[in-house]
Amino acid sequence: MTATDPRPLIEAKAVTRVLPGVVPTVLVREVSLTVTGPSFVAITGPSGSGKSSLLYLLGLLDLPTTGEVVVGGRATSAMDEPERAMIRLSTLGFVFQFHFLLPEFSALHNVMLPMRALAALSDGEMRVRAEGLLDSLGLSGHGHKRPDQLSGGQRQRVAVARALANDPPLILADEPTGSLDSKASEQVFTILRDLVDRRGKTVIAVTHDLDLAARMDRRIQLVDGAVAADTGARTAVA
Amino acid sequence: MRLVFDIALTHVRARLRHTGVAVAGVATGVGFSVMMAALMQGSQDDFIRQLVNALPHISVTDERRSPPRQPAEEIFAAAQIHGLTPEARRRGIKNPLAIMAAVEAWVPGGVAPSVKVQAILRYASRDVGTSIIGIDPRREPNVSELVHQMRVGTLSALYRATNAIILGDRLAEKIGARVGANITVQTSEGANVNAQVVGLFHAGVRSIDEGTAYVLVRTGQILARQTGLVNELRMRVDDPLAARQVAERVERETGYKSVSWQEAHEDLLSTFVIRNVIMYTIVGAILLVASFGTYNIISTITHEKARDIAIMKSLGLPERTVRSIFVIEAALIGLAGGLAGFALGYLLCVALGSVEFKSPFMDANRIPLAYSAWHYLIAMAVALTSSVAAGFMPARKAARVHPVDIIRGAS
Ligand SMILES: Nc1ncnc2c1ncn2[C@@H]1O[C@H](COP(=O)(O)OP(=O)(O)O)[C@@H](O)[C@H]1O
Ligand SMILES: [Mg+2]
Repeated sequence: MTATDPRPLIEAKAVTRVLPGVVPTVLVREVSLTVTGPSFVAITGPSGSGKSSLLYLLGLLDLPTTGEVVVGGRATSAMDEPERAMIRLSTLGFVFQFHFLLPEFSALHNVMLPMRALAALSDGEMRVRAEGLLDSLGLSGHGHKRPDQLSGGQRQRVAVARALANDPPLILADEPTGSLDSKASEQVFTILRDLVDRRGKTVIAVTHDLDLAARMDRRIQLVDGAVAADTGARTAVA
Repeated sequence: MRLVFDIALTHVRARLRHTGVAVAGVATGVGFSVMMAALMQGSQDDFIRQLVNALPHISVTDERRSPPRQPAEEIFAAAQIHGLTPEARRRGIKNPLAIMAAVEAWVPGGVAPSVKVQAILRYASRDVGTSIIGIDPRREPNVSELVHQMRVGTLSALYRATNAIILGDRLAEKIGARVGANITVQTSEGANVNAQVVGLFHAGVRSIDEGTAYVLVRTGQILARQTGLVNELRMRVDDPLAARQVAERVERETGYKSVSWQEAHEDLLSTFVIRNVIMYTIVGAILLVASFGTYNIISTITHEKARDIAIMKSLGLPERTVRSIFVIEAALIGLAGGLAGFALGYLLCVALGSVEFKSPFMDANRIPLAYSAWHYLIAMAVALTSSVAAGFMPARKAARVHPVDIIRGAS
């Protein structure tokens, strides 16, 4: 286990997201939380409670209406889109409920995509790293296959490999096991657990499976877009 | 950048049939543009070539561009003259031999003297108004194609009879005269000369073949009733396009009005400008229409790939990168269409060029075509630009999409 870094990886400061409309919808209400790595954080709550919405805000995919998301000590609401894109590319990894791989590219090329966009490694190094990631997630020999030639569990593991492509400290996962059967689901969960325990990553995962949430380090429960309970945090909220 | 190319190529390759249609559209546009440019340029070049060959490049005449200066103007600093009738001048260029020698020293080309007289040819009681041109058969080959246009007889045959005359073939036909016929030439100056037809020429330009006859300078002077008269110096320069500058210098140095072929045919040349404007407008329109196909396919791809775009943006690919994927796809279509259009255009030109026909107005029996790399380059440039512009609009729209809007809908 890596030593605990006292600096917060990501912070939400009174984040509120309102969808404008004839009847404005409040997706996320006054959420404040601090996540310090490494940690395995579950976001739970009933369907429609705003779990995905909160994750998009933490992942800089969406902008809060009020409040501030701070990533690695940097406030993000005043940044322009290219700057936020750069933070997503280099320090955040996403895994969605559906694999969301590019259908025309092989598993290997899907994993290499964020590396090529960042262009920090040479072609050869990218290939070696992508193959290494696929191997470590039990996908040796599947790198050349296109997503439609893989099973649901395999695709989701490719998606995890892609999220790890640029070695980000933080992985955000939205119901990563939601569309998988129990065996594949267990496999993906174990992988995420290992990321935290062996590689010192921090994983924030949305789940409605309370058994899985119980096996994580910290549970944040949302009700109607607001934090209803926050248990198991290793560091006290500042 | 390689990544962008890979994605763009993958998208295009996965839709070969659709992109093929767009490529074919651009190719047709480029092909026909190239063909049209070759046709227009070809006919223009051909026309100018005929014009340049049929006429002297520069004609120096005994006229002046401004009326002669009056003694009052020489003496007083300011003088205004109204209703002046200038003194009748003796016609003709003074010292033509000295001028020719001076001009020959620096003009890259040749000079020849001539006497122009309007006359009526009379033969077998038929009268035809004709331009009679007195020439020097030894100098003539330096300034005109007449030597090569002789159908019957040669230029030197003019020396054979006392008043020998060479007729345009259509003119001879009109009055029914053959070589050896004796015809009467009458001028308004009162000359009445019997001349013997010693040759026929065919210039290929109807108005010349129907209304021109050549005699010796001496005969011309008799017809004009003025010995020693030379009223025109004709010049041919090695580079016809430099005729204007040469004419200006000759005029400066001799004081006589020197008209280049460009000046003489300014009206015609300006119609070419209009013709080219029309052509480029049509070509531009063709290529613009062709780019609609590109717009269509890029629009379709961006719609089909909305989810992929959201994925790429959520991973952190910048908007610029996502946009350039589709712009490059459009450029690929434009490029492929342009290259296919080169082949099509070239084949169309070859096919057109091989068609033979007979025209009563021209001697040529093939459509004149000009082959120029510029036609291809311009068509390619326009095709590429319009394709990229057509692709840019949907690409920009697609790249602006917020990934959350699509991801929310999907999960
Ligand atoms: N585009 C939208 N327009 C209106 N309401 C929306 C939209 N997207 C989400 N919502 C609403 O926002 C709330 C939160 O959604 P979400 O964050 O997806 O919840 P969860 O992931 O917890 O199921 C839900 O009540 C949902 O109905
Ligand atoms: Mg959700």
